[in-house]
Amino acid sequence: MGISPVLWQFLVKWLNASALFPREASTIAPYMDSLYFFLISITLVGVFLVATLIVTFSIRYRKAVHPVATQVEGSTLLEATWTIIPLGLFLICFVWGALLYFRIYTPPANSSNIYIVGKQWMWKAEHPGGQHEINALHVPIGQPIQLTMISQDVFHSFSIPEFRIKREAIPGRYSTVWFEATTPGQYHLFCTQYCGTNHSQMIGTVTAMTPADYKKWTEQSTSGMSLAQNGERIFASMGCNACHTGNAAARGPNLAGVFGSRLRLSNGSDVLVNEAYLRDAILNPSQHVTSGYTPIMPTYQGQISEDGLIDLVEYLKNLNSNERVQQTLTTSQSDQSAPQASGVVKP
Amino acid sequence: MHSAIANPQVEFPVPGAGEQEHEHVSLPQHRHHFATEEQQREAGSFGMWLFLLTEIMFFGGLFFAYLIFRNWYYDAFVTASNQLSVPLGAVNTAILITSGFFMALAVWAAEVRKQGLLVLFLILTTLLGFAFLGIKADEYHEKYEKHHIPGASFDTSQFINPAAYGLSEKPLAPDAAQKTQLFFFLYFAMTGMHALHMVLGLGILFWLMIRAQRGDFSSGYVAPIENFGLYWHFVDIVWIFLFPLLYLINRHPLAH
Amino acid sequence: MSAPSPTILNLPDQSTAQLPRRNFINAEHGLLSWLFTSDHKRIAILYLISITFFFFIGGAFAGLIRLELLTPQPDLVSSDTYNKFFTMHGIIMIFLFLVPSVPATLGNFLIPMMIGARDLAFPKINLLSWYLYVIGGTLTLTALVLGGVDTGWTFTAPLSTHYLNTHVITTASAIFVAGFSSILTGLNFIVTIHRMRCPGMTWFRMPLFVWAHYAASILMVLGTPVLAISLVLVLLERLVGIGVFDPTKGGDPLLFQHLFWFYSHPAVYIMILPGMGVISEVVSTFSRKRIFGYTAVAFSSVAIALFGFFVWEHHMFIMGVSNYSALIFSLLTMLVAVPSAIKIFNWCFTLQMGSITFETPMLYAFGFMGLFTIGGLTGVFLGSLGMDIQLTETYFIVAHFHFVMVGGMLMAFLAGVHFWWPKMTGRMYPESLSKLAAVVTFIGFILTFMPQFVLGYLGMPRRYHAYPPEYQVLNVLSTAGATILGIGYLMPMIYLAWSLKYGAIAGNNPWQATGLEWQTQSPPLTENFTEIPIMDHEAYDYDWLEHKTAQEVTHVA
Repeated sequence: MGISPVLWQFLVKWLNASALFPREASTIAPYMDSLYFFLISITLVGVFLVATLIVTFSIRYRKAVHPVATQVEGSTLLEATWTIIPLGLFLICFVWGALLYFRIYTPPANSSNIYIVGKQWMWKAEHPGGQHEINALHVPIGQPIQLTMISQDVFHSFSIPEFRIKREAIPGRYSTVWFEATTPGQYHLFCTQYCGTNHSQMIGTVTAMTPADYKKWTEQSTSGMSLAQNGERIFASMGCNACHTGNAAARGPNLAGVFGSRLRLSNGSDVLVNEAYLRDAILNPSQHVTSGYTPIMPTYQGQISEDGLIDLVEYLKNLNSNERVQQTLTTSQSDQSAPQASGVVKP
Repeated sequence: MHSAIANPQVEFPVPGAGEQEHEHVSLPQHRHHFATEEQQREAGSFGMWLFLLTEIMFFGGLFFAYLIFRNWYYDAFVTASNQLSVPLGAVNTAILITSGFFMALAVWAAEVRKQGLLVLFLILTTLLGFAFLGIKADEYHEKYEKHHIPGASFDTSQFINPAAYGLSEKPLAPDAAQKTQLFFFLYFAMTGMHALHMVLGLGILFWLMIRAQRGDFSSGYVAPIENFGLYWHFVDIVWIFLFPLLYLINRHPLAH
Repeated sequence: MSAPSPTILNLPDQSTAQLPRRNFINAEHGLLSWLFTSDHKRIAILYLISITFFFFIGGAFAGLIRLELLTPQPDLVSSDTYNKFFTMHGIIMIFLFLVPSVPATLGNFLIPMMIGARDLAFPKINLLSWYLYVIGGTLTLTALVLGGVDTGWTFTAPLSTHYLNTHVITTASAIFVAGFSSILTGLNFIVTIHRMRCPGMTWFRMPLFVWAHYAASILMVLGTPVLAISLVLVLLERLVGIGVFDPTKGGDPLLFQHLFWFYSHPAVYIMILPGMGVISEVVSTFSRKRIFGYTAVAFSSVAIALFGFFVWEHHMFIMGVSNYSALIFSLLTMLVAVPSAIKIFNWCFTLQMGSITFETPMLYAFGFMGLFTIGGLTGVFLGSLGMDIQLTETYFIVAHFHFVMVGGMLMAFLAGVHFWWPKMTGRMYPESLSKLAAVVTFIGFILTFMPQFVLGYLGMPRRYHAYPPEYQVLNVLSTAGATILGIGYLMPMIYLAWSLKYGAIAGNNPWQATGLEWQTQSPPLTENFTEIPIMDHEAYDYDWLEHKTAQEVTHVA
């Protein structure tokens, strides 16, 4: 950032101690803070300049010492100066801010994903390993974490000020943000988009832990079923396995390994199969028909909660083979004749 | 509602030393805050154009919403649009254009000071306006009967299984069929807003007819007729956009 | 010769001075003559009374909010009630106070006079504007009395359409009606400025106050209808429940955001531009100088209006808009900040080589220049994409817009009311008391809103009923400031009312200002001028004024 790290640490620590400045607890925080200080400097300079002009001119040209005004039309040079310099400074802010924005909203490839569902008036955090938290989020330090968020009802906004991240949880579509925590501790979690009566009660605690502590926590807090396992259960109980058997002649396309691939749709377009696509395809199947198949998939709008959808998405993300699909087919109610499969069926 | 067409209620006190303003006041409707009638007429006309600009922005919001949803749910919108009667819509378009023609003739009649023709053309414009609304009411009623009015009683079965209703449409999947409700919502909102403007216009037309009959516009004071003409043409133009957007999506020249 | 007085105030001899025998106030008598007037000046006074009324209601809500926020716990009122407080505060202050404040009062009163006309182009539509405003205000009060509304002033869907059962429909209808009041005012101004300038009054001889209102009127006319349709869609959504904004039915919640902010961003320029117009007049008069860079200031006003239409998405940067669209809107936001900076510097340099006095309007103008600079520059923070992530939806935003709207706009309004008070009423207000009020307001303002910037970066969200205890000290400071600010606003109410009966007689031109409105009696005649003036000099022509005054002196002799 251009100033010595020692000086920087001192500055931030001093500000923090005075309770006027939030702690820096993520890797992106120093970047955010340096832009903030730059903007404050510009503001201070601007205000100081304007105040100085007003005060000095007021004193120098007050009526008592300057009784007759001299009419001045203007000065193109001055106009150009105070057009170009502010514009230049603002453009620097634009570029710097844009870079920071893209950084915060572009998760690195190695981030681990945690799902966040916002609803009136609580935050649900769902770890892939099956840990469910309400109004809390446990994360390891030193590991990029991507949050895939959605709202069940109205707009909410997930904010961790000390990590310097915030993004809206939108009804109807996923939004993502990422961070990497640097210091173990407890940090505020707020909902910052007004969402009704208990908007100010929709707060919680983010706990950053060392990787060892985090591992211990995940083992102690799991519900027993990972998200993907729950998704597999839903996949069978909702009858998805009846069409998406993985056979060549099946009524629905093969879903093993589909996540992350490019798919050609029946309307000719190509799509990347990501979380958003999967969710949309379950809710609005007729607009996401894979090429070569007919639009016979029913919609599950209103039948599966956002949590259920997340479970299904996690399941499909990790689905590599159809073996278990076919196994569950034999055990679930289905009037489609199922392929004969040997082997023990695991719950 | 425009001051230019209202009868003067409060006369400004005639200023003692200001003779030059009253050189040639020929019209009783001259408002004293205007220096000349020309200024008054130009101001009134400019005001009406500005007002129409605000109306464009107003309808623009609905058009914007329509364009987005049509883009997202094209198939549903096509199927839903096929429920609208193109012949009726076309007749309505012809009616409105003709009424616009008569309105233009009314403006001409006012300008050449032919009172009888003016009243006649205003009446014809009004009758055609009512005809338009009558056909619209009929269309709305048909939608009501078929349960295509958005809300609790909206029925998508005709879209999911058109063959059962004797239609040669492509059937829609249930989730896509739900989107037809959005089409009908926008249909009613846009044509309803348009109809509301027509009703207001018809109200003003009655008022103008009465005044025209009284002779208010027979001595060169034509601003209200001209300005209303602008309004009426605008309402006409909105319909000319609505008709193809709502009725003619994906219609091929060879009808179904 | 005695030492030159430190003020330019030039009152007539009070022992013989009298209000003009015939003026617009005593031209007709009786309540009905006011309620059915078509005189733009009377309509301006009607507006002044009504917006002051709503200002104090909105202010009362602000007081209640700050009272609750003294403690971190939600202990004064229930959450629903608190949510109604900030919603009503926002709706009343924005739609019923700020938007009409300068245009409907000072603009209505002065624009015809400044351009040498007898009235606005459409006087009856002007009266209709006021009635629409009153109806909108009454509907808002109705909603309030029936139990209030808690959507936030932004009516965000789907919260407002499907998740609340408060009086959304009444309030949305109220604002719909009030919006038309604004549209008609803007329409009236545009036609008047285009068509009714007196002979010799070219565009570039008009006072900058008129330019500012012209720019604001363009925004009013083009932007407000989109607010109207957004509200209509919310109304229909609540009544019929289609799903235009509901994703489970195929709708899009972001659609509402786009439609709403398409108006609501230009709305802030509708609010501030007329205030900037006031500042131009005040700074010029109290420096005895033509505004530095007249043309630049005039064009900047129009530039702000134009650019103002293309930045609305900066209210939605974290709402899931595409990163690339965010880039474009951030860039445009930086561009729209520049004309405001140009204006501030032009005002500063008007002071140079001037002959400056420090009457109350000038004090408010200085306050504006300082506080608007801070407010405007904090806007740059928010326009910078990455910075916005941390700051949006926090108290930083609250501080930012209060700096520009209260520190900026409200100060400009008070500057204007004080500046033209002698013209409108024929009476002067008490100068030392008004100076005190200006200083009290300034101090109260800083104490109220500076801590909120700090709170914002710390992360305190806006619209919060309760907050973590470590934010309390800053909140207490803010509430203390609000108390002082309230006193600062009450004082003018009292002394301005007092001045109506006991204030010094002002005479035609107590400030020795150059505008056409100052060349007539105070209060003016109903018809404004005995004869339509011919404009044969530039705006802010102090030489012409001196020459004219000297001529009058020789004439009298």
